[in-house]
Amino acid sequence: MTAIASLLALAPDDMRELTLADFQKSVPRWCPGCGDHSVLTSMQRLLSDEGLAPEKTVFVSGIGCSSRFPHYVKTYGFHGLHGRALPVATGIKLHRPDLAVFVVMGDGDCVSIGAGHWMHATRYNMNMVALLLDNNVYGLTKNQTSPTTPQGHRTLTQPRGSYLPAMNPIAQTLAVSNASFVAQTAEWLPPHLFATLKAAYQHPGFSFVRILQRCPKFTDGLFSEFIERPDEVQLLEHDNGVVVPALSRTFKNRIEHDPGDLDAARRLAEADGVARLGVFYRDPSRPTYGDIRAVPARSAQERVALLNEELDRHAI
Amino acid sequence: MPTSTAAAGVAPAEAAVSAPSAASILTAQHTVEVVSDSGEGAQKCGQIFGTVCAKMGNGVWTVEIIPAEIQPPPRTIDGTSGNRIRIGSGPVTNWGDQANVVVAFNEQALLSRHRLDALQHDAVILIENIWATHPDADVREAWAEAMRELAGIGYRIIEVPMEQQCLTVVDNPALGKNMFALGLLTWLYNLDRELVHEQIAATFRGKSPKIYEANVALLDLGARWAGENLDFRINVPRQARPEATVVMNGNQAIALGAVAAGMELAAMYPITPATSASHYLAEMFERFGGILHQAEDEIAAAGVALGASYAGKVAFTITSGPGLALKTEFLGLSVMSETPLVLVDVQRGGPATGLPTKVEQSDLLAAIFGQPGDAPHVVLAPATIEECFHVMVTARQIAESFRTLVVVLSDANLATGVQPFPRPEIDAAWMAQRPDLSPVPEGTRPYGWDPETGLSRRILPGQPGGMFTVTGLSHDEAGQIAYTADVHQRSATMRSRKIAVLQQMLEAPPVNGDDEGDLLIVGWGSTKGAIEEAVARARAEGHSVSSVHLTFLSPLQPGLKEIFRRFRKVMTVEINYSDEPGDPYITDENRRRGQLAWLLRASTLVDVDCWTRIPGEPLRPGAIHEAILAHLPRGGAA
Repeated sequence: MTAIASLLALAPDDMRELTLADFQKSVPRWCPGCGDHSVLTSMQRLLSDEGLAPEKTVFVSGIGCSSRFPHYVKTYGFHGLHGRALPVATGIKLHRPDLAVFVVMGDGDCVSIGAGHWMHATRYNMNMVALLLDNNVYGLTKNQTSPTTPQGHRTLTQPRGSYLPAMNPIAQTLAVSNASFVAQTAEWLPPHLFATLKAAYQHPGFSFVRILQRCPKFTDGLFSEFIERPDEVQLLEHDNGVVVPALSRTFKNRIEHDPGDLDAARRLAEADGVARLGVFYRDPSRPTYGDIRAVPARSAQERVALLNEELDRHAI
Repeated sequence: MPTSTAAAGVAPAEAAVSAPSAASILTAQHTVEVVSDSGEGAQKCGQIFGTVCAKMGNGVWTVEIIPAEIQPPPRTIDGTSGNRIRIGSGPVTNWGDQANVVVAFNEQALLSRHRLDALQHDAVILIENIWATHPDADVREAWAEAMRELAGIGYRIIEVPMEQQCLTVVDNPALGKNMFALGLLTWLYNLDRELVHEQIAATFRGKSPKIYEANVALLDLGARWAGENLDFRINVPRQARPEATVVMNGNQAIALGAVAAGMELAAMYPITPATSASHYLAEMFERFGGILHQAEDEIAAAGVALGASYAGKVAFTITSGPGLALKTEFLGLSVMSETPLVLVDVQRGGPATGLPTKVEQSDLLAAIFGQPGDAPHVVLAPATIEECFHVMVTARQIAESFRTLVVVLSDANLATGVQPFPRPEIDAAWMAQRPDLSPVPEGTRPYGWDPETGLSRRILPGQPGGMFTVTGLSHDEAGQIAYTADVHQRSATMRSRKIAVLQQMLEAPPVNGDDEGDLLIVGWGSTKGAIEEAVARARAEGHSVSSVHLTFLSPLQPGLKEIFRRFRKVMTVEINYSDEPGDPYITDENRRRGQLAWLLRASTLVDVDCWTRIPGEPLRPGAIHEAILAHLPRGGAA
């Protein structure tokens, strides 16, 4: 099993010095203050730090504010259908394992209309990074309740407050057989965001990262409690997860959590009260569907010969 | 490659075994049905019989008779499972009208075929004899009732001690009756016993030698019983095949065609009657460097195929009507993003879950117009098993060259029909090239539409300098999101124009029969053989009838209007629904017509009539022949 990191590190003779600017495309059209900007910056930094070849990198997205992401990264991009980013990414990676694939989804995309694909992509464990940019609301369609909208939060479709308890994407992902990397971070903590993206990228499998983020238009205040009071945030630290020394002065609520411990990860994911950031679970030994299905390439001549053998079976 | 053994078709050793008094009936074609409860193996019996007939030089068309359930209750009319095998001296292009010989494992299976008018009135029926004296009084009564219903029609019913005979060889006759039945047919049609043995070995490949030996013993037992007890044999003369021949069903042909087209990924979700193509791909695709991906749902299957196509070689997804509906949004994305994609729809009866195992041609308009927004693309329909193979090469090439969606409309008749056809001479040029990952020349735009043709060159991920973002949003030549009136109008024009360019490259369809006359029948898809047989009968009777069969449904082939003008009347024959003129409330204005008829009326402004039926089985040439006679324009020749 090879991490995409090692597959994609540029060949030694490729002396390209990649900088942030190499990965910047058009100017984002997100609202000022939108969490998407922070994710984009961290991602561009990751791409240049890791030296990913822009032409061998693909960002796949669905539909929603955050799904404009590929338009703003100077790599290949596939801005497809609402909820259907994961199947497209699966097809790309199955056919072209040499490409680094990143998937960017909003909460509507990933945990609502495309929820089936989320479960199954987690189980396939294809070697790719999947980001859930979760602002707890439908933004692009102008303020409707999403599955992660906190109970009681008012929107245009549930004006008396969201009826049901919010879905817990971390717990749901951890419940899927063959999950291999599950992490949570927040857009307002760039050092943690960057460290988490990096760990996700370096993991050889399906790396699911939920990014808590604000929508300045419709859910601006939802995370203010965590932003203003660092004690309400609990950092999960471990050498096999992420440790961000720069945050240790401000964030006193830190616990050691071994990402190899699935039971502990599930308990932490279900526990209420604080926002937990860090790697909940990581198991690099999980089988990945891409590796299992890899087949040796055949030349046209080989195929002709094999086809003739196959036709012999039907010959009369 | 094995040679076409024993194509001369007479096995002298067999002849010696037969009762000297057995009369030999010489006929140019004959139709056999083998019917049983599900799980009793009638289909295996029919398949082996058909394959051996083909090997010996008969023309063959085999159709499956399949219930929707795995194991419906035994001895029920709805649970009948089996095969119809039509054999001929020359090529056989369809399943024919009615069976001449039936091997039935119980009277309910027989009754179901009788009630569908599937049997000749002088048919010979070989039926298991245990039911009349069965210990269960209900069973005895059911038998007696069935015999009353079947009496007086003219059937020659021969009771055969199948179970009793089988018990002399095996403990459980339920698992061997089909081979005994195959033995009956082997004697009756004078099959080469060695070839039958070979075919049994091939069918049970991987099973223990004991199973093979037991099956062969049962076969020989059936043949011996027939030789000692039957007083007639059927002689459908065979001809040595002049060219190398293969035999398979349409789903196998589609799977092999996809391989021949150089495709490397198929994504699917299980759905009848498409799934057997996937079974075959699952067995052999990896040897060719291909992947069959069973996705979590129909939508994901389309997404995986589209993602793979975007990243390299054209991929395909295979489904049936309900899956076509679910994949619709991705089909629109294929068109909008100009990402090539091939979708195979093995049609069944609809709407909704409809008739899962039965043939219909009701997805035509959904395939062409089903995508919201304007989504011009290509729709093709193979008409024979052979075309199922070659259509995949064509579909891949068109999808690639025109950067578009190609929908291939097969159906349950082609999917399960087995027919011999000339062995394809595989050409490496049919196959997709290895993706070109060379740097993109400066100034190349992802949608650099040629203003004349709308065509543009595809850029693949991995090509340095080509980084762009595919989007399903309205976009300009550079792939930038653009909502302006100008861009939307221009890009829609470009996507439409390239389909017109393709249409200009096509040829007018050939006319079967005279170039002009009283009535022109127009068909598409699997009905070709039955239509042409019906037309031939009508022509032999002196009627002025011709037919045209369309392979391209979108765009329509050129020259149709010109052809139509030379006939006094034009009528489609299709397996889909249309209102009958003269039915209550039906007027010329509100009449819902066959799907091709609607399309042809709209595009040619000719008053195209239609005759359509949805019997849940292939159209019979006899029924089409009657329809032709009923619809001939009155008033003599033009």
